[in-house]
Amino acid sequence: MDAAPALVTSQEDVPPRGTSTDQPLVYRTRLPVRIWHWVNALTIFIMLMSGATIFNAHPRLYWGKFGANYERAWFAIGHRGQEGYLYFSGLEIPTTGFLGWTESSTKAFPPLLTIPNYYSLAEGRQWHFFFAWVLVISISLFVIYAIFFKHLSRDLALTREERRPAHLWHDIKEHARLRFPTGEAAKAYNPLQKIAYLGVIFVLIPLVILTGMTMSPNLNAAFPWLLDLFGGRQSARSIHFLCAAGFVGFIAVHLLMVILAGPLNELRSIITGWYRLPVRKDGQ
Amino acid sequence: MTLISRRSALVGATGLLLSGCEKITTAPAVRKVLTAGEKAMLSGQRLVTDRNALAPEFTRADLSPRFRMNGNRLPGSADYQAHMANGFADWKLEIGGRVARPFSMTLAQLKSAPQRTQITRHDCVEGWSAIGEWTGVPLGLILRQAQILPSAQYVIFHCADDFSGTPYYESIDMIDAMHPQTILAHTMNRQPLPVGHGAPVRLRVERALGYKQAKYVMKIEAVDTLAGIHGGGGGYWEDHSGYQWFAGI
Repeated sequence: MDAAPALVTSQEDVPPRGTSTDQPLVYRTRLPVRIWHWVNALTIFIMLMSGATIFNAHPRLYWGKFGANYERAWFAIGHRGQEGYLYFSGLEIPTTGFLGWTESSTKAFPPLLTIPNYYSLAEGRQWHFFFAWVLVISISLFVIYAIFFKHLSRDLALTREERRPAHLWHDIKEHARLRFPTGEAAKAYNPLQKIAYLGVIFVLIPLVILTGMTMSPNLNAAFPWLLDLFGGRQSARSIHFLCAAGFVGFIAVHLLMVILAGPLNELRSIITGWYRLPVRKDGQ
Repeated sequence: MTLISRRSALVGATGLLLSGCEKITTAPAVRKVLTAGEKAMLSGQRLVTDRNALAPEFTRADLSPRFRMNGNRLPGSADYQAHMANGFADWKLEIGGRVARPFSMTLAQLKSAPQRTQITRHDCVEGWSAIGEWTGVPLGLILRQAQILPSAQYVIFHCADDFSGTPYYESIDMIDAMHPQTILAHTMNRQPLPVGHGAPVRLRVERALGYKQAKYVMKIEAVDTLAGIHGGGGGYWEDHSGYQWFAGI
């Protein structure tokens, strides 16, 4: 209520002024990064949910070149009567009402978590393969941008100081105490944040794309080395699923950090680019 | 009271969300856009892959101990049952459509033609895989024998099995039809092809998913277009459940 709408100029280096605190807004997130973030966020959600539909068709995972019902699964979601369970290498966890069996479904993932919200393998595949293109194209453009416009070297790469184990350990301890960088230090990503983003951009997304391609019999003929790389089609399928779990884990931590760091400020910075540097409690 | 209303509010909100999602997933415009992705997958894959690349072949050590049967396991038609009863001795494979010289072949003739044996992986669209050894006649040889016309774009496989009266069929394009690993298999794991796996003859088209591997093949038809054949989608699952005609992924 106390903040009058600021006169915003189109000049990116002139921050909008005039809110209640004295801390200035800084321009922290450039437009290509913001666009990629939202395209990627939408894409990952659709891929996870349409992937859940595809997983529902055969909710068992194997290691090796082949694997079907007669082979031992290392991971499975299923139901016995009206009891849902999740099986994970020797351990069975009851999941009735959530996974494997709910009042409205006997599939591994319930309709609330799938695209479409009813079981259709054909439609799930259509969504998955359409957004696979979006994923591949957007990550490629983003990486090209990050390299050529120095987003990678300036913002994402860890500095020599940050790469020191002692420094990383310090950062881990600070995170565990929920103490986040303030003032000028908050302009840049912190080391753990950098590692998480680098992990998604250069490990998780490439790995999920490559293991996805490895499941294609037509691409197996053209690029048989993919099978050797991942140890067979069923191993690739398992790794693909583990990558999906990795995305879920990343999203959970990412959203938690957004909430802890100040959701409105964080949201403004990923929508408009402008970020208000957090002030230290002692006023510094 | 509040508990009930809170619960019903939650259920209501969930229902609203779900019906909203359903509106998006069933909208014709959305379907159309998604189909564009499917077409891009076919042309994209064809663009970056060698059209003659061979599917990976395995060794006997890699064979699945048990090869899962899928789809129909025993065609119900009287005609098929009679063929099965006398060991397919009177069974004949018909080759016709857009060919200059239509002909038919007995199982014995098929077995005395040039053969190819391959140990390959069968990938179901659902996600599982099984490795088996297949012996059969390259489809390309049969199509050349029949002098397939240059205008032919697809090869249709008419099958003896059906789902509640709707016959199974599948189709492949000429790239896959002429591929050296595309065979009409009569032998599986060095035994006559079992009925559950498509006796007497099934298609093996090794760069595609399981639903392309038509079982109980009775007739091969070369066509210029898929339009007008059953539902026009090029296969039973394509017509019935909207499976992608391109089954390379």
